[in-house]
Amino acid sequence: MSPPLPDHALLVHAMLMGNPWLQGLVVGGAVASAALSIAGFSIWFERKFAGRMQNRPGPTEVGPAGLLQLVADVLKMLQKDDVVPAKADRALFILAPPLTLLFAASALAVIPWGSGVAVADLHIGLLFALSMSSLVVVPVWMAGWASNNKYALLAGMRAAAQAISYEIPLLLSAMVPIVLAGSFRMGDIVAAQHGLRWFALWPPGPGFFAFLMFFMAALAESNRIPFDIPEAESELIAGVSTEYGGMKFGLFYLTEYLHSFIASAIGAALFLGGEDMGPLGHGMHWMMLKTLVLFVSIFWIRWSWMRFRADQLMALCWKVLVPGGLVLVMTSALWVQFL
Amino acid sequence: MSLPVPPAFPKRNLDVVTTTLVGGLRAPAHLVGLPRPDPHMDLEDYDPDADLMALNWGPQHPSTHGVLRVKVWLDGEVCVKAVPYLGYLHRGVEKLCEKLGYAQITPIVDKNDYVSPMMNELAINMAFEKLLDIEPSPRASWLRTILAEIQRVASHLLWLGTWGLDIGGAVGGGATIFMYCMRERERILDLFEELTGCRFHYNTHCVGGNRHDPPVGWDQHAKEVLASIAERSREYDQFLTNNAVFRARTVGVGVVDPVLAMELGVSGPILRASGIDADLRRDAPYLAYDQVELRVPVRTGGDNFARYEVRMAELLESIRIATLLLDGLPEGPLSSQKVVKLPAGIKSTSGRSAYACIESPRGELGTYVIANSDRKLAGQPYRCKIRPPSLHAMALIPYLCPGLTMSDMVVTVGCLDPILGEVDR
Repeated sequence: MSPPLPDHALLVHAMLMGNPWLQGLVVGGAVASAALSIAGFSIWFERKFAGRMQNRPGPTEVGPAGLLQLVADVLKMLQKDDVVPAKADRALFILAPPLTLLFAASALAVIPWGSGVAVADLHIGLLFALSMSSLVVVPVWMAGWASNNKYALLAGMRAAAQAISYEIPLLLSAMVPIVLAGSFRMGDIVAAQHGLRWFALWPPGPGFFAFLMFFMAALAESNRIPFDIPEAESELIAGVSTEYGGMKFGLFYLTEYLHSFIASAIGAALFLGGEDMGPLGHGMHWMMLKTLVLFVSIFWIRWSWMRFRADQLMALCWKVLVPGGLVLVMTSALWVQFL
Repeated sequence: MSLPVPPAFPKRNLDVVTTTLVGGLRAPAHLVGLPRPDPHMDLEDYDPDADLMALNWGPQHPSTHGVLRVKVWLDGEVCVKAVPYLGYLHRGVEKLCEKLGYAQITPIVDKNDYVSPMMNELAINMAFEKLLDIEPSPRASWLRTILAEIQRVASHLLWLGTWGLDIGGAVGGGATIFMYCMRERERILDLFEELTGCRFHYNTHCVGGNRHDPPVGWDQHAKEVLASIAERSREYDQFLTNNAVFRARTVGVGVVDPVLAMELGVSGPILRASGIDADLRRDAPYLAYDQVELRVPVRTGGDNFARYEVRMAELLESIRIATLLLDGLPEGPLSSQKVVKLPAGIKSTSGRSAYACIESPRGELGTYVIANSDRKLAGQPYRCKIRPPSLHAMALIPYLCPGLTMSDMVVTVGCLDPILGEVDR
């Protein structure tokens, strides 16, 4: 039994219950705007975090608690001239940034923030999230091709190769919780971990390694250091976003944050028990906390590691992660079967 | 304050199998005779059907350390042929020197190697002094040695920072190491500002001595700064040396054949990282370098990692030497004689010429001066040729780049420490 809702909430509830489209729109809008605000917050946080870490005090001093840094960043992008190169494929060039954001944000739909708190708790939720996040490579390649720039082209090819390769370890590592929980539904996977039986801890072995592998593959999927070779600004100037300026570039930037945020959220739900915190109870705040911990560790790695080379990245994927992932899936299947 | 003692380097005794080269120098056998790509290769010979992409890498590119332009032909992402184009920063410095008096040239050459201006001043003034038979005062030459070593620390710090950007990117670990290096370098610039009033283009060396006497307490401040940098260089070690990604990117990449390097006139850390034990400071001591025992770091890897190790060891060694020398700065006049146009007693400079070279952070920085035989123009050189070490390092690009991917090319060229100001002059 859920607790009785106040009157106005009941009204909203009654309005929404009858209409799944409206429900999806309202809840989806709420989650999307919350996620975008979180992405904004995380940019602010990362700027300050990196500032402290790198002895670069600027972002900590702009406005109270450095809050104006975000405003300054956005204003800077907004006032830039919106240039489309003359020889670029105009339609694809303009379409690419919003599409990346769209695909990246779609995965937000299935993330279980709490029990029953998800835009759509699909029965193939996890598959949906992973396929949406892997679709991001299509507009990225579009941007690389449409820019008509050699650096962007190289970056687009790198991005496609990387995203397609790392899709496999990502899915293999996600298979472990799926096998253990016996369901693709995110809600079921979280429910199976209740009572501190997080898949990263229990069963000992496959879950933990699958978690590490998921984290690495997610870093590669969201183009974060040490796997950010599609962007690689020291080699490819700015990768696919070389020719993009203003808010178009801003959308790529935002997508990158959103992508890593979603990857952290999925990681927290799959391996860290989602909303569960054992004896400390459960709730959305725990899920949020775990997501942010993963998110911050992505920053941490970003600001303290160098970058791999493209062929080393592929070697890591095909020689280590893919065979390792197959072993992990087998182990967890055996665990479910015999223990 | 105790300095971390750098590991002792064997003197002229490498711990690998060596072969003897012309001139009695010894080089590691495994590096001599590496396959050399043909820099003039006809692309038709590579593969007539290959779909190569010609890419103008630079002059506007975040990691060409200025305005270096390298035209590369890529097969996929692997370089097939690379041709460096120089001259985007040509300012006619050598021609300018012919129109100026000996005392006026120093601030002009300051801008050559803009990462270590002290070295430029020192090199050209040593040549002028040799030309005009002037001996700098002991205090001046001692102070010059100290400044040169402190400048070497600053230069290597800047190299490490920008090279970090090449490997790690401006939005990653590279930016972190860059900011750390800039923090330390900033303190060295503060030191120089205290001494000369300028942060960058000092104009402190002049013919016959130095212009600026260290203010009271400067030596103490310098020692503190150097000690703290030595202390913090351990952070870079922790950050880089044993980092798996850093090693994966640097070990075995961009191996330089020492024989090829010497044929091209390459000197300095690049040569020492390829196992050639040569350092002008020890082999042909100038200034006060005969007063200290210099330990020259030599590595036998020949790759990017070896060059990194050599430069890091040199950084610690320079700190050690500068700290030692700061204790023994002799008293006395800073300038042996006031030279405005020509030193007293010299009426004609006809028939004189001189070459002086120093070990700059990038290698042998030499200046060849021919005096003017025209009596009216005796106060200015007839010809002033500067031999910048970076220029010769650029000659390695066509040999190093083929076979490397775009990512490794960036790291390898960055590791040559190109300063386009002195390459193009």
